[in-house]
Amino acid sequence: MNPTRKRRLYLVLALALGSALVIGLVLLGLGKNVNMFYLPGQITSGEAPHDRNIRAGGMVLEGSWQRRQLLSTFVLTDRQAAQFTVQYEGILPDLFREGQGVIVEGRLGDDGVFVAREVLAKHDENYMPPELAGMERPQ
Amino acid sequence: MSVELGHFAAVLAFALACGMAVLGLGARFRLLATGARALPFLVTGQFVLVALAFGLLMHAFATDDFSVRYVSEHSNTQLPFMYKLAALWGGHEGSFLLWVLIMCTWMLAVAVRSAHLPTVFRWNVLGVMALMNVGFLAFLLFTSNPFRRLVPFTPAEGVDLNPLLQDFGLTVHPPVLYTGYVGFSVAFAFAIAALLSGRLDAAWARWSRPWTNTAWAFLTIGIALGSWWAYYELGWGGWWFWDPVENASFMPWLIGTALVHSLAATEKRGVFKSWTLLLAIAAFSLSLLGAFIVRSGVLTSVHAFAVDPERGMFILIFLAVVVGGSLTLYGARAWQLRSRASFDWLSRDAFLLQNNILLAVALGVVLTGTLWPLGYEAITGDKLSVGKPYFNQLFVPLMLLLCALLVLAPVVNWKRTAPSRIVALLRWPLVATGVLGLGAVIALWGAFDLPRLAAMVAVVLAIAIVASHAADLVRKLRSGHRPGVAWLGMCIAHVGFAMSVAGVALTVELSSEKDLAMHPGDTVEREGRQIRFVSVEDGRGPNYVAQVGQFAITENGREFMLRPEKRRYVAGGNMMTEAAIDPGFLRDVYISLGEPLEAGAWAVRVHIKPFVRWIWFGAIIMAAGGGLAILDRRYRLRVAARAGVAAAGGAPA
Repeated sequence: MNPTRKRRLYLVLALALGSALVIGLVLLGLGKNVNMFYLPGQITSGEAPHDRNIRAGGMVLEGSWQRRQLLSTFVLTDRQAAQFTVQYEGILPDLFREGQGVIVEGRLGDDGVFVAREVLAKHDENYMPPELAGMERPQ
Repeated sequence: MSVELGHFAAVLAFALACGMAVLGLGARFRLLATGARALPFLVTGQFVLVALAFGLLMHAFATDDFSVRYVSEHSNTQLPFMYKLAALWGGHEGSFLLWVLIMCTWMLAVAVRSAHLPTVFRWNVLGVMALMNVGFLAFLLFTSNPFRRLVPFTPAEGVDLNPLLQDFGLTVHPPVLYTGYVGFSVAFAFAIAALLSGRLDAAWARWSRPWTNTAWAFLTIGIALGSWWAYYELGWGGWWFWDPVENASFMPWLIGTALVHSLAATEKRGVFKSWTLLLAIAAFSLSLLGAFIVRSGVLTSVHAFAVDPERGMFILIFLAVVVGGSLTLYGARAWQLRSRASFDWLSRDAFLLQNNILLAVALGVVLTGTLWPLGYEAITGDKLSVGKPYFNQLFVPLMLLLCALLVLAPVVNWKRTAPSRIVALLRWPLVATGVLGLGAVIALWGAFDLPRLAAMVAVVLAIAIVASHAADLVRKLRSGHRPGVAWLGMCIAHVGFAMSVAGVALTVELSSEKDLAMHPGDTVEREGRQIRFVSVEDGRGPNYVAQVGQFAITENGREFMLRPEKRRYVAGGNMMTEAAIDPGFLRDVYISLGEPLEAGAWAVRVHIKPFVRWIWFGAIIMAAGGGLAILDRRYRLRVAARAGVAAAGGAPA
């Protein structure tokens, strides 16, 4: 093989190996770190896994928010049949309110209580997370 | 009447933009060539008309004209005057009008400062920019009209501006960020004009370099401002969330950074020509993708404007046309490109290539992570989000590699470098790094896990970057060599980057954060500081009432007060946490007040954030370096020389 071709071959090989490596690492990273999203119905039906980090969303049920010092518990509902309890220790966002749509991230315990690491309520009170579309209280 | 005039002005500007796009892009044809001479007037006309529309809408805000729907939705009589003006870009429609105004400003700047370019090339550049402006103005007029009236049911009072946006950060963040975003349209237009002309030598790279640097510097500051604003205004001390909208601004920055570097190689050595063209197209396309992500609401984000599928569809089609059109042109022309220059693996050319590869891979990582939820939902119908660890695990190693390359950046020459030269030049920097780096490693000892190890490597590399650049400066000065302004700019930007990297590493590893339930009178100790919760008192602002926590902090014998607030805005009834921060070069003390708990206790969050300010200082220094580089004499000399040639020899084809 002449030197130019040889160099080109090495270059192509390096490029192919490099891309394979990058794509492999990206897929591996995604596999470990995606959080599936579940609605209240999927949580109560047992569809949601218990052994990994997930996201769930719903409307905070009126009258369900209780707190003892920094430990809050509240119920998320889809305004139909399903609801589940969430536990969160720490400071809740400013727009957290009963009747408001929120998204929680954390793990589902074996007792069916969702232990949240993070509670997301949106900055803008008119904004509805697309995941919760259709749950607004009928006006 | 006045906003109708604004609307009319915008419609006229749209017409001018259409005419200008036709004349500019068709300038090579004899029929249109004469008309193309009117281009500078068309540019000025667009700028004046859009500025008029902008001014009239601002006037509506200043005079509380709530019959204008956009004003009534984003302002209120009680809003402080400055925020009334800034509220213009507090929502989707107005912020897009700002975008268009900035586009017109860039066009005007290009028209004024391009007289030295070959005539047809110059008209083509302006034509491409006008074509983009046609798209932007159409989007404004047809999907996002901020001039619409609410008649006959004019509200007596406005809804109010989101309290989070009633802040200095909002006033400056969008204009600076958009200047960066839209500024990449200049590099894009130069690239397209070069492809159209078929003259694909390095000339277009030289002409577009100052423009690209300027846009990049603005984008750098814009992103830093956004991060700083999120840090103090969202109330919880985070400075980067890998949120889709943050990524939307970060992706053009990554590719813009690659572009700034590959333009250097293309201009100086004539290498990577086709790659540089591709980067120029990609940087602007990513700006548009960012606009799509922010304004369509397809991704869950803390920033998202109200969801409107029609707008999303418009931008998506525009994006498809821009990307599709420019890539087709690229495909048709770029095969003609041949780089004849060769280089060794130990050369500045090769290092810039590696810089570009790393930045492109980093872009791929961020792009995949950002769009994965969209793709996944489209295919399976299930929803998911990509966690922050994905970004951190992949992005951090890439940046560390980039830092390692950056240590060698000042000592490698174009084409080839003798290894002995590198050893000789890096001797003293390596000694300095060894000593200082050892100190840093000892300071970071304690915990020992992968993130801590990464932080140690990052800090040591940051020190090495500063040391190697400083050593090169000293060497140049000693040998009686007067360093060029562009070279100094590069060094400053690299040192700024090192500072940001060190800031990120140290903040992530050394921050302490704690949510506490405190009663007035309680004292806690955080990292050697006594923090005493004195009381909560009532306060008042121009348009809010607040509960103000009083905290007395004792730090190394110094005593100071911090007063975080819990505000309730009267107009909308919104609650907002206003953190109190004692800023410092080496650490921030950050306190925010949560809700009242039982028995007089309050939820309180206390952060100690070492070196957090370095992240933003570093960005400012980076941008300053980029700005300094364009002041280099050689650009002005070339400009003067070119102008002379053009005047003497007429227009080349």
